Formats: sequence, structure tokens, C-alpha cells
Amino acid sequence: MKQKTRLAEHVIKMILFLCALVTVLTTAGIIWVLFSESISFFQTVSLKEFLTDTEWTPLFTQKHFGILPLVSGTLLTTFIAILVALPVGLTIAIYLNEYASKRFRKVIKPVLEILAAVPTVVYGFFALVVMTPFLQKIIPDLPGFNALSPGIIMGIMIIPFVSSLSEDALFAVPQSLRDASYGMGATRLQTVFRVLLPAASSGIVSAVILAVSRAIGETMIVAIAAGQQPNLTFNPLESVETITTYIVQVSLGDVPHGSIEYQTIFAAGAMLFVLTLILNNISFQFNRRYRQKYE
Amino acid sequence: MNRITRSKIIDQLFKYFGILCTSIGLIMLAALLINVFSDGFGRLSIDFFTALPSRFPEKAGILTAWTGTLWIFGLTILIAIPLGVGAAIYLEEYTRKGFLSNVLEINIANLAGIPSIIYGILGLTIFVRTLRLGESVLSGALILSLLIMPIIVVSTREALRAVPKTIKEASLALGASQWQTIWHQVLPAAFPNILTGIILALSRAIGETAPLIMIGALTYVPFVAKSPLDEFTVLPIQIFNWISRPQAGFAINAAAGIIVLLGIVFVLNGIAVVIRQRARNKIKW
Repeated sequence: MKQKTRLAEHVIKMILFLCALVTVLTTAGIIWVLFSESISFFQTVSLKEFLTDTEWTPLFTQKHFGILPLVSGTLLTTFIAILVALPVGLTIAIYLNEYASKRFRKVIKPVLEILAAVPTVVYGFFALVVMTPFLQKIIPDLPGFNALSPGIIMGIMIIPFVSSLSEDALFAVPQSLRDASYGMGATRLQTVFRVLLPAASSGIVSAVILAVSRAIGETMIVAIAAGQQPNLTFNPLESVETITTYIVQVSLGDVPHGSIEYQTIFAAGAMLFVLTLILNNISFQFNRRYRQKYE
Repeated sequence: MNRITRSKIIDQLFKYFGILCTSIGLIMLAALLINVFSDGFGRLSIDFFTALPSRFPEKAGILTAWTGTLWIFGLTILIAIPLGVGAAIYLEEYTRKGFLSNVLEINIANLAGIPSIIYGILGLTIFVRTLRLGESVLSGALILSLLIMPIIVVSTREALRAVPKTIKEASLALGASQWQTIWHQVLPAAFPNILTGIILALSRAIGETAPLIMIGALTYVPFVAKSPLDEFTVLPIQIFNWISRPQAGFAINAAAGIIVLLGIVFVLNGIAVVIRQRARNKIKW
């Protein structure tokens, strides 16, 4: 009986271990898939051309393989999103943590979380059908596809990320620092800007970097509302194509498996993967730093 | 004195700015809902749910889309829950702190941050081509399962960690084995929180579009999927398809589809919140 239990214990442990192994296999699979196909891509296209050519036209007869226009499109929409999400998200975090009553916070937090639960295709629809026409009333020359509208909507989508992570960071600041500041006669706002934000800075930086990474990888909003024209520009009023949109565009078309056009999605995907991986890990480092500081 | 009054006024002003910022999100949400409802509510009818896709917007419906979403939902539950919960139990209850557990931990944090479209590329290469599962419901469910697995692992581990050590120790002291302790004591105690995490992860999977586009779920599917190996489409992809058409009629269809999709997502999120609240009120550790 006892031996039977012991055997069963062992088998169960093995099964659970295999479940955990799936996560490692997923990572290995992603790296293998992206890089093995990218290697065949880079046998045709030099890394130098990929990183320095200013045109991206793999689907035309005159082929150019410079990723820069896609990178600029991605950075532009991301920048606009952060410009919206950072001030709003951070202010919400400060307000909920330092000003609002407990009851208000309890009601409002789940409502804000809903913003993060809305599927991105819905935001894309909203950007194209509501935000763009609205912006066109203010800026009459704005084309139907542009970087500004999806950038703003993406910013609204990531507000909850910035606000809830910043809130955690502000919450972790010891009460004694607040008390000291109030004891010196400072107002709440002075305390926030001169004591709490500096004390919580690494947590907030971590939140912002994570939000940047989220925006870089966002696909549907930009695929619907930003256009499909690789465009080396930093003008928010122009149509741009992001790395993610390009990958979608290719998979929507009839590109033969194994061709150089097909391989471009792996090279673009590898670029995206590396970019987000670096950002995420910088963010983890900052996060760890503030946790060590106060816990 | 003047400076003090001024700081106090600025402090008050910031408070109103805070209220304004907090309401921006809510205003946007309201604007989105109002817009979608005014565009699409009139289009909702029984026919809309029972009609196949069509070239004519007035005739097109979401039958293939909602059945596809149901298929994906069911299969993802079957695949993602055992994998995610199993992995979480292993990491939380069986590994000792050390190099291996560190690697696993960093790996899962990274997986959670990988853009969903990359999972699509993985699925396209591994499931669709290498394993020859084709552009099927099963391929889609496998991709989404891998995508939400890190979310389930993280939330399940938090739930397991919240169970007091004393319960485990009491069970072990009575002679129960480790698995018996987990199965009879830890899992029941952590169940509501685990369920909350799973439901939130599933609601994320329901709304995912990009990874399924990668495996070709956008192609015209004129029939309802009957087996896991059939081709399929899902609600978000049907919506995306309609958004990309130029005719105004399809924008109305898209809005109507969005009402259905948001309905599902909000109901799932609502259930999760209720379960969490109930568990919080009940437990007295």
C-alpha cells in the first residue's frame, strides 16, 4: 500500500514536471523557429542591408529589405501611445493612492481593468471608425490611415498597465517617508513630487518600459487603423506600417511557403522578439530593484 | 503665508486633474460602448446568429464565427487548464529555490511578455506545417493555450502561495503524502482564486485575433466546424474581416459582432470578479 502511494507520488511529480517543461519548450520553440528561418533569410539578404536600407518592399518586384521603415512606424505609434498613457496612467496612480478614498478606489479599479480586457480588435474598430473621423475634424488633412489615431487608442488601452503597476510602486513606499514630509508642512502634491515619485522611481520606470514593450507588440489596432505602407517617417499624421502589421499583411496574402517573402516574416518576427525581450528584462531589473529596496 | 495658500490651491487643482484623468478612461469606454451599440444594436437578430458569412452585408451572419469561438474556447479549456495548473503546482510545491527554479521563473515572466503574434508564427510553423494539423481548430486552440499558459501559471501560483502553511503542515503531520496534501487541502483552499485567474486568461484568449490570423483563420469558411481538425473562424477574426471591407453595411455588422464579443468578455470578467469577492468574504485564515 505504502509502496503504491510512493510510486503514484513519483508518477504525479513527473507529470507535473512535464507540464512545467512545456513552458521551456515554448520558449525554445519560438527561438528555434524564428532564428532557423531568419538564418535562411540572411543568406540572401545581408544583415547590413536589413538594418540600414531605408526601404522595405519585399512584396514588390523591386525588392528592398530595410527594416527601418517598419521600425520607425512601430516606434512612432508606440511613442504616441506612451505620450497618452504615461501622464494619464501616472496621475491616476497618484490620485488613487494619495487622494482618493478607499471606497472610491475599490469601485474604480475594476472598472479601469475593463479597459485592459477589451479585445484589441475592438479598439482597432474604435480607432478607425470613431477616433480618426474625430481627429479629421480638427486636422482636415489627416488621411484615413495615420499613426496618430491608433497611437492614441493604444495609449488608452495601456493606461491600466501603467496605472496599476505605478500604484504598486507608490504603495510600496514606506508610510514613514510620507509622515516625515507631511510633518515638514508639505502638501500632498509636494510630497508626491519630491518624496514619493523619487522613492518609487524604479518601479515606475519598470512599469513604463513594460508598457512600451506591450505597445511595440500590439498588432490589431495598428493593423486596422495605421495603414500598410512602410514609411520612414516620424510624422504622426502620415500612414505607417509597423512590424506587427507587416507580419499580418503577409499572412493574409498568398505568399508561397519557403520563398524569401515568406522568410521576411520570420526576420521581422525575430526583430520584434529581440526588441520586446530586451525591454521586458530591463523592466524586470528595475522592478526587482524597488522590491529589494522596501521589502 | 501667500506661498502656502498657493501650494494648497495647486494641491486642490491636482486633485481635480486626477479626477479628470481617472474619468478619461471611463469616458473613452462609454464612448466606445455608445458608438458600438448605436451602430450595431439594430443589426442583432436571430438571423444574425444563424446566418453564414456572405458577400452581402444584410445577409451575412456570425454562425461560423460564434461556433468557432465556442470550439476554440472548449479546446483551450481542455488543453490550457491542466498544463497551466500542473506547471504552477510543480513550480510552487515541488521545486526548491535554486538555479532551475530561477530559470523557469524568468522564462515564464518572459513568455508572458512575448507579443501574441509571435505565438502565431510559432503555431504556423510547428502545429500547422511541421505537425500537419493544418489550419484547424486544434492548431488554433494549441496556440492560444500556449499563449495563456503563462498567465494561468502566474495566477495559480499566487493562489497556491496564499494558502497558509499551517494547513499543509497539519496535513503532512497527519501522515498524508505530498500529493494527498495538495489534492485534498491546498487545491480546494486555493480553488476560487485559481478559477478567477483561469477565467481571466480565457477571456483574453476569446478576444485574441493576431495569432489566429497567422494560421490562416481569416480564409472564407462557409461551414460550421464539426471536428477539431476542421477549418474555422472566430468572432474577432470575423469582426476584423468586416472592418477591412469598404462597404458601410459591413461596418454595421462589425459593430454588431463587437457587441456579441464584448458581451462574452464582460460576462467572463464579471464572473471572475464575483468569484474573487465571494472567496475574499468567506475565507477567514
